[in-house]
Amino acid sequence: MPKREDLKSVLVIGSGPIVIGQAAEFDYSGTQALRVLKEEGLRVILVNSNPATIMTDPEFADATYVEPITPEVVEKIIAKERPDAILPTLGGQTALNTAIALDKNGVLEKYNVELIGANIAAIELGEDREKFKGVVERCGAESARSFIIHTLEEAFAAAEDLGYPMVVRPSFTMGGLGSGLAYTPSDLKRIVGQGLQYSPTTEVLLEESILGWKEYELEMMRDKNDNVVVVCSIENFDPVGVHTGDSITVAPAMTLTDREYQNLRDISIAIIREVGVDTGGCNIQFAIEPDTGRVVVIEMNPRVSRSSALASKATGFAIAKIATKLSLGYTLDEIPNDITQKTPASFEPALDYVVVKVPRFAFEKFPAADPTLTTTMKSVGEAMSMGRNFTEALQKALRSLEQKGASLDFSSVNELDVPELIEASKRPTTERLSQVQRALLGGATVEQLYAATGIDPWFLDQLVLLNEVSATIRQSTSLSPEMLKLAKRHGFSDVQIGALTHNSEAVVRGVRQALNIRPVYKTVDTCAAEFAAYTPYHYSSYDEEDELALHEKPSVIILGSGPNRIGQGIEFDYSCVHASMALRKAGYETVMVNCNPETVSTDYDVSTRLYFEPLTLEDVLEIIAAEDRTGGVMGVFVQLGGQTPLKLAQELADAGVPILGTSPEAIDLAEHRGMFSRVLDEAGLIAPKNGTAVSFNDAKKIADEIGYPVLVRPSYVLGGRGMEIVYDEPNLSRYIKNATEITEAHPVLIDRFLEDAIEIDVDALFDGKDMYLGGIMEHIEEAGIHSGDSACVLPPITLGKDVQERVRAATRAIAEGVGVRGLINIQFALAADILYVLEANPRASRTVPFVSKATGVQMAKAAALIGVGVSIAHLRSVHHILPEVGDGGNLPDNAPVAVKEAVLPFNRFRTPEGHVVDSLLGPEMRSTGEVMGIDKHFDTAFAKSQAAANGALPVSGTVFVSVANRDKRSIIMAVKRLVDLDYKIVATGGTADVLRRNGIASTTVRKISQEGTASGDRSIVDLINDGEIDMIFNTPSGGQARGDGYEIRAAAVSNGRPCITTVAEFNVAVQAMEALRSYEWDVTSLQEHAVVLAAGLAAQNA
Amino acid sequence: MPAQALLILEDGRTFRGSSYGAQGTALGEAVFTTGMTGYQETLTDPSYARQLIVQTAPHIGNTGVNKADNESDRIWAAGYIVRDAARRPSNWRSEGTLDDELSSQGVVGIQGVDTRAITRHLRERGSMKAGIFSGADASRPEADLLADVLAQPAMAGLRLAEEVSCKEAYVVEPAEHGWTGETLFNIVALDLGMKAMTPARFAERGVRLHVLPATATFEEAQALNPDGVFISNGPGDPATADSQVSFVRSFLEAGVPYFGICFGNQILGRALGFGTYKLRYGHRGMNQPVLDRSTGKVEITSQNHGFAVDAPLDGPTQAPEERFGKVQVSHISLNDQVVEGLSCMDVPAFSVQYHPEAAAGPHDAAYLFDRFIKLMTDYKSAQRKNTQSQTTQSQEDK
Repeated sequence: MPKREDLKSVLVIGSGPIVIGQAAEFDYSGTQALRVLKEEGLRVILVNSNPATIMTDPEFADATYVEPITPEVVEKIIAKERPDAILPTLGGQTALNTAIALDKNGVLEKYNVELIGANIAAIELGEDREKFKGVVERCGAESARSFIIHTLEEAFAAAEDLGYPMVVRPSFTMGGLGSGLAYTPSDLKRIVGQGLQYSPTTEVLLEESILGWKEYELEMMRDKNDNVVVVCSIENFDPVGVHTGDSITVAPAMTLTDREYQNLRDISIAIIREVGVDTGGCNIQFAIEPDTGRVVVIEMNPRVSRSSALASKATGFAIAKIATKLSLGYTLDEIPNDITQKTPASFEPALDYVVVKVPRFAFEKFPAADPTLTTTMKSVGEAMSMGRNFTEALQKALRSLEQKGASLDFSSVNELDVPELIEASKRPTTERLSQVQRALLGGATVEQLYAATGIDPWFLDQLVLLNEVSATIRQSTSLSPEMLKLAKRHGFSDVQIGALTHNSEAVVRGVRQALNIRPVYKTVDTCAAEFAAYTPYHYSSYDEEDELALHEKPSVIILGSGPNRIGQGIEFDYSCVHASMALRKAGYETVMVNCNPETVSTDYDVSTRLYFEPLTLEDVLEIIAAEDRTGGVMGVFVQLGGQTPLKLAQELADAGVPILGTSPEAIDLAEHRGMFSRVLDEAGLIAPKNGTAVSFNDAKKIADEIGYPVLVRPSYVLGGRGMEIVYDEPNLSRYIKNATEITEAHPVLIDRFLEDAIEIDVDALFDGKDMYLGGIMEHIEEAGIHSGDSACVLPPITLGKDVQERVRAATRAIAEGVGVRGLINIQFALAADILYVLEANPRASRTVPFVSKATGVQMAKAAALIGVGVSIAHLRSVHHILPEVGDGGNLPDNAPVAVKEAVLPFNRFRTPEGHVVDSLLGPEMRSTGEVMGIDKHFDTAFAKSQAAANGALPVSGTVFVSVANRDKRSIIMAVKRLVDLDYKIVATGGTADVLRRNGIASTTVRKISQEGTASGDRSIVDLINDGEIDMIFNTPSGGQARGDGYEIRAAAVSNGRPCITTVAEFNVAVQAMEALRSYEWDVTSLQEHAVVLAAGLAAQNA
Repeated sequence: MPAQALLILEDGRTFRGSSYGAQGTALGEAVFTTGMTGYQETLTDPSYARQLIVQTAPHIGNTGVNKADNESDRIWAAGYIVRDAARRPSNWRSEGTLDDELSSQGVVGIQGVDTRAITRHLRERGSMKAGIFSGADASRPEADLLADVLAQPAMAGLRLAEEVSCKEAYVVEPAEHGWTGETLFNIVALDLGMKAMTPARFAERGVRLHVLPATATFEEAQALNPDGVFISNGPGDPATADSQVSFVRSFLEAGVPYFGICFGNQILGRALGFGTYKLRYGHRGMNQPVLDRSTGKVEITSQNHGFAVDAPLDGPTQAPEERFGKVQVSHISLNDQVVEGLSCMDVPAFSVQYHPEAAAGPHDAAYLFDRFIKLMTDYKSAQRKNTQSQTTQSQEDK
């Protein structure tokens, strides 16, 4: 049965900003969906507030709305575009929840829009815990015993029956938000309290603990003819109790017999039918009691999920693409398998390799947060790897994390430390794998660790195997071929072998290569080699037979950005994907190297060839060698994937690999303080006074000289890791002592901190002759907040033309001085009308996608072509990637205004005592994602950015104001304006006094630290918790104090209220709130903005 | 350090690894299976007799072995080729290690070889004769080993069903598999290498099986007055199964319902007058998509066959043995359009090339057992009607 002919236009809902639990995987699935819909000739409409996505590239849809994904906004889009259908299953929980809301409020019916790929009844059966329990029962399977509760009282009643510990899960939240394990009544009160808040239906499930059981997941697809296939089985290394997103997971399942596996498969099929997922994908999670085999169904996701992306990459079965086709009416047997070409999609992939996914965490960014892993997902990214056995795949995955200490440590373990390691391993944390492996290395038994952790003995034995191999390596008297082959077979890197044999990585590599012990490249083919594969999707293994085909043209290799992390996320993948697309279009053969399963770059369709491999020097050099012997290498791009490939630049160049674009020397020039200051001197530019210190005495001397406050940070960082503003000497001393490991090679950089400066970000292209200024972004928060966490606006709204001209001239001078060939990002600060250069990064930056979306010019594509020698002049006149005249630095007056806002993960983290972590912004980046608000004017653009990021600004109600003394002066006008607009103001004592003296009425509320005067006299935190405050404005009073400010902000985060912590942002928020009340704001697609922009440019140049 | 081992293929390609299971020599036809679970069922499936199984799944033995999952009372595979053999099994039902099981049954295996490379080789060049040599045998000159490999008979033309079949008839009662009601039907099952799950699937539906050895005659079977006849899977070349072909023909002529699985499909094909042929590398795995042409639905099936029926795919055709009327190809492989099932339109008979009993594999095709029950039900009620009408008629005659 072919596809439906009655659908002419489809609205796809994206997943919005990258947050923990809902990340880049939905860009991957969404992009696939858009491609399919376009190929099928439908008019495609997209809404997604995240500019850093490939899916929001204007060419992927007919109308791309970078607008907040809220029912109100989506209704506006529906009213304007009148789509026939909505596809809500590829944008995560955000899209699904939006679709449910649109159904509930009658919008779908009103506009006669059909949901495809999902139906409301199925979504509710799948996601509503109580209904789902019924489904499981009707399918003859078991759920954990549980109770649904809506109040705390009900929770305590249920606890009588279930006993502690018990699992708490709020309904309809994503990534397990708000879930946790309650060991005591006070845990229960806290977790349930929050959970009721998080659940859009104020509903929480309490459940018998299945802690420590084996955990599995099956990825399923179903078509309208009721054909069902299992795409992949996944087994969690970590038993139940750790969110599957935070678990090490393995595909296929390793420790099930066929009978047990088929039982899970039968249950899954029965459930998908009973739930009524008509077309598309879903996943079902199981727990198995390890001693009896009792099976409990945990949950299902009736949509494409994070695991679907993983399963797609793990098997080569393109779930999102096929789900989209199914939603259009195709059946599985009508869809060809891209990889084999001759077999259909109605089959179940067979794997002849092992896939391991490991999570990447960011606890270092939240020192106060409790690193215990629970059923609330806390990882910010993941790496996946493939090997021909578990040990190889695991070790490759761990080194893919690029985190110090992530790879297993085989140095000897003191026997006396073993009991402590075993004890520590009982509590799941990011350290657990290491604790378990080290305990085994120190002589603990598999049985002991199984008892402590519940990790399956088969996995534990694999760690024992690794330990045994490490002993063989250590005992080897030379780098013998037998030893090296054994080590490599189990995934040991040259670095690890070197450490065990007291050799350098280079020596190990030299000997290994001389002995011709090299990896071969196998193919991901969905069918375990039963059929020939036509898709060059490869992974390495130390096995016998290589499968790489000869290629015709020398390869252009693009090194990706590895696992997502705070500071290096999807924005860098965006640049890599764009480079590959542009280069392929220009006739080059591109080769992508990456290990992040969430990304578009690891879609096997994006590049000519894909290597799913770690981005370490060893792995990259082997790929380059493989490409070289099969047809030659033109060069490697290192400046698109962020710091990950950039830090390989010099070593690759030393190995004789041609680096495309900006040279490693130029990269170094920009990174190196002394050399860079000479570039600035020559250009007549200045940086804030600064110095480099390798000891506290150095640091003190420098700080004394340039004056406090100073900004201190380690050299070579991305995302402001370890960066801090230090106001006095004791704090400087503390910083040097605690925060850094200072060496000659890794000094601390100390900069004068410019207070009350406006920060400016620039992205530009330079080809050695011409510069193209991509855009000038004005930060909304003052300097001192990391640029990644700061809101910014493009074009700048308060910078004069002359300032913009100075920025332009400075950008060009720096690009020229550094020797950039491609992209450069420069951060400036404007203080007292003096333009300071803060830093320059000759690479793709985090803001490239934002600038590209805001100005309609795809900068990364241009950069890629500059890298292979195309001039900016040609990019303007021949390739039409850049506009023929003008640039993003002098946009026409009617250009749309785009605001970028950061999205922060504070609600994910808890201190060990269970409190949320503080939500103050600082010089260290902590946001996971971003949104863009774009409109004709700044105020509504800002309002949109807030609605998309943090929850909409209130158009009426009560605003709480409490600011530090230094800020009291600057808030008067804005608060006055709110009162004029009929907002009620609640303030704490000092702030209320100042307001009163300025004739502004406010209700005084006591701080928590102040004693209540009467019973029922509630503190500000009580008011927030009681839902009486609609917006919180609180600036910190400085220092490390964990006082009222913290409690207030924590309450705001817990209750999901907008919380503003800087005066600058408060002022624009008030502007935006006024705009929201005054105008009926509307939605505009990027394509419509482009038309306006083009007309403006034409007028400007006429 | 495990002993070294060699795998030598008939075209001389050699893979070196280490020994797995028993040491010595194993000769057979090298075939690969892509199933990711169910190694124990695979090894004990009699259809793998005289074959060296290459497991494409790299980790084998992880769940150990147990008695319940055996598909027969021994390992039938002639040899076993894996990449990473488990050092320590882990499963709550495990009763021992696969390594020990292979050793105790004298099955010679090899581990640590590039099973994907072997699979690609067999895919491109077809299943072929091969030998595994381990321990002392591995140190013999390679030319001698290759000579041994070449000296064994080819699979085409081999008659093996009699070797693997039960030697004595036996009965499987429905009650043994949880059926609590009256026995609904009695069938005769010709064991050409039947897997244990097959009688279980019948019995749990209320069917009593009279399992007969491969050498049983039509007369012996007929004497049991069966409601239906079943022929199982089994090893070897269907072109050699002349006696079973005539066995089936006799029942078709008698109008008794017939169901065949795997070998039983090839025998029905031959009984109808079609030929069989050897596939280049066969279908072995549990992810094989089959289209049921009567419903348009796809089932994911467990398969293990190296031979196939050569019948026209388009529409119902006249069976070459014309007395059996029209027949149609009821199921086809979506991967390569190989005949996966036959359905007779004028006699009550059908068969499939794949394994609805699964074990190992998905249960999607279990409905076929119900289809056979329906066929027998219809046959029985028609028979009753016939008897009744005959009785009526004879009364009228008087």
